[in-house]
Amino acid sequence: MNARIEESATAEGYNFAYLDEQTKRMIRRALLKAVAVPGHQVPFASREMPLPYGWGTGGLQVTSAIIGRSDTLKVIDQGSDETTNAVNIRRFFARTAGIATTTRTVEASIVQTRHRIPETPLTEAQIIVFQVPMPEPLYRLEPRVTECRKLHALADYGLINVKYYEDIVRHGSIATTYDYPVLVNDRYLTSPSPIPKFDNPKMHMNPALQLFGAGRERRIYAIPPYTKVKSLDFEDHPFSIQHWDHECALCGSHESFLDEMIVDDAGKRMFVCSDSDYCQERRAAQEGV
Amino acid sequence: MYVAVKGGERAIERSWDLLAINRRGDEAFPELSVDQIREQLRLAVARVMTEGSVYDEELAALAIKQAAGDLVEAIFLLRAYRTTLPRFGYTVPLNTEAMHVERRISAAFKDIPGGQMLGGTYDYTQRLLDFSLLAEGGPRACSADTKSPSASKQESMPRVLALLDKEGLIEQEKMHEDAPEPGDLSREPLMFPVERPVRLQNLARADEGFLLAIGYATQRGYAHTHPFAGEIRHGEVAVELEIEEVGFAVEIGDIEITECQMINQFAGSSKVPPAFTQGYGLAFGHSERKAMAMALVDRALRSQELGETVASPTQDPEFVLYHSDNVEASGFVQHLKLPHYVDFQSELELIRRLRAGIEKEAQHEQQVPQVQQEPSEENAV
Repeated sequence: MNARIEESATAEGYNFAYLDEQTKRMIRRALLKAVAVPGHQVPFASREMPLPYGWGTGGLQVTSAIIGRSDTLKVIDQGSDETTNAVNIRRFFARTAGIATTTRTVEASIVQTRHRIPETPLTEAQIIVFQVPMPEPLYRLEPRVTECRKLHALADYGLINVKYYEDIVRHGSIATTYDYPVLVNDRYLTSPSPIPKFDNPKMHMNPALQLFGAGRERRIYAIPPYTKVKSLDFEDHPFSIQHWDHECALCGSHESFLDEMIVDDAGKRMFVCSDSDYCQERRAAQEGV
Repeated sequence: MYVAVKGGERAIERSWDLLAINRRGDEAFPELSVDQIREQLRLAVARVMTEGSVYDEELAALAIKQAAGDLVEAIFLLRAYRTTLPRFGYTVPLNTEAMHVERRISAAFKDIPGGQMLGGTYDYTQRLLDFSLLAEGGPRACSADTKSPSASKQESMPRVLALLDKEGLIEQEKMHEDAPEPGDLSREPLMFPVERPVRLQNLARADEGFLLAIGYATQRGYAHTHPFAGEIRHGEVAVELEIEEVGFAVEIGDIEITECQMINQFAGSSKVPPAFTQGYGLAFGHSERKAMAMALVDRALRSQELGETVASPTQDPEFVLYHSDNVEASGFVQHLKLPHYVDFQSELELIRRLRAGIEKEAQHEQQVPQVQQEPSEENAV
C-alpha cells in the first residue's frame, strides 16, 4: 500500500485530483442540477474511490470535481484538522492535485467537512463540501428509497412531524441532536449530514455555497448561497441548540461547540472547542493582546 | 493536553510501515510471489475477480498479496483500480453454449446430450485433512490422463434447459431483437424499479457470503422457489469485441467462468399456465457456490415480475440489491471506527438533560404523597 501511494504522488499515473475528466463532468452536471433544486437529492454515478465507502467518498468526489489549481483546501473531521481521516483526505488532494492546503478557515477557498460547520463564519468566496453518510432524512421512518422519493415529490413530511410530536409527548422535547433535518427553500426536507443541531442555524442564509456528497448512497445535493434553511420544529416547541454550562478550557469561548474529554482515571472532565482552528485563532489573539 | 486527536499524519505513516511488516511476516520464510497466488490460490483469485469485476488474474493475485489474504479488502483494492480505467467498448454477449467445458453437471436429468462431466470438484472429497500437504515439494498426484478431452474435439454440449423448450415447459432466455441496451452499474447509479440485467450485474458483483445466506433463506421458506440445479457448467469461453474499424467481432481472449441455470417451479397465474422458470448465476473462474446462490436470489427477485406474492426480504429488490455489495457494506460498517465525538457529545447532552428531567419529576412526586399523608394522619387522630 505504502509503495503504491508514494508512487501515485510522483508518477503521473493519475489525473489532476484523481478522477478522470469525464467523471468530473458527470459530477458537475449533478452539482448544477442540485444547485438549481436546493435540497433535492440528485442521483449520480458514484465511483469507487481509494477510500472506503462511509469514510467521505462523496465529499471526496465533489471536491475532486470542483477543485482547481488555485484553490486552497481545508479538511476537518469533527471540527478538527488533525484527526486521522482529515489528515488522510488533505494529503490525498495535496498529492493528487498538488494544491495548497490550510488549517485556517479564513484562508480556505474550499472546506471539506465531516460532522461540523466551522465556527468562523464563511464568506461568498468559499464553498463548503459536506461528507454525507445517509442523504435521506426520512430513512429511519421509511427505509425504502422508492417510497421516500414519493414522499419528497409530494412534499409529504407528515411522518417526521408525527415522530417529533411523539418525542415531545414522551420526552418533553425533540430527541434528535445531530443530523437534525431541515427544510430547504421551503420545499425539500434535507439531511444536514450528521452535524450537531448546534450548527444548523449556520446553514440558514449562509453566503457560502454548501455542497453535499453521499458516495455510497450515490446522491448529491446542495444549498445555494443565501438560501432559507429551517430546522423542523413546532410553534409551541421552537427549535433550540445545545448549550454548555462550561466554557472552553483553552480559549474561554462560551459560543462554540465543546468536546468533552475525560482527563484522568477518576473521570475528571475538561471541555474544549471542537473547532480546533477557531480555538487556536482565539488563543493567538489573546496572546497577542 | 488535547493530544487525543493530534499527530494523525505521523501515526498514519507509522501504521503503513507496521502493515507492511505484518504482511511480510517472518523473513525466515520466502516471500510469496504473485504467480504462486495466481496458480495455487485459484479460487481466491476467482472470487476477487468476480466481486472486483475485473477479469485479470495477475491484478487479483496482487490484490490478495497486498491485502494479506483478506479477500474483501482485495476486492476493494481491485475495484478502486478498475474505476480509474477508461471504458473503450462492450463485448459481444458471451456464448456459453460454445464453452470449452471442464465440468458440467445437471441435477435434473440423469443423462444429458454431451454427458455429465464431474471435473475437478471438492464435492466428493471426504474433507479429511491431507497431512501429506504439510510436506512440501511432493509431486502432483497424476495417476491417469486427467486432461480434459481438449485436444480431441469436444462433443457439443447444448444447454440442458433448452431441451425442455420443445414442450414449452420452461421459459427460455431469448434475446429480443429490440431489447434495450443493458444498463451499466459501474457507470450509472442503481435506480428502482430495476430491470433484470442490472439486477444480475449487481448480483454478479455481490458478496458471496451475502448471496449464500439470502439464497439459503429462500430454501428455508423465505420465498418458496423450489429450485433444481438444471445445469452447472464451468470452463473457458471466448470473449469477442466488435471492432468498428474492421466491422466485425474479433476474439480478444478466453476467460474462465462458471454458469448456473436453476429450474424453479412456478404455479402459474390467471394468464400463464404452470411452467418452470429460471434463475441465473454467472461468476468468473471456478465459483460454483457463488453462481448457484446468485441463481437462487435472481429467481426470488423475479417474484414481482411473475405475479407472485412478495412477502419476504429475499424477494425485495431494494433490500437485497442495496445490501449486497461488500465494498459498500464493509466501508460503512467500519466507518464506525472514525471519530464520532461530536455526535456522541450531542447525544450525551440529550441523555443528561432527559435524565435530569425524570429525576426532577421523581423528586417532585416523592414530595407530593408526604403532603397528602399528613392530613390523613390528622384524620386518624
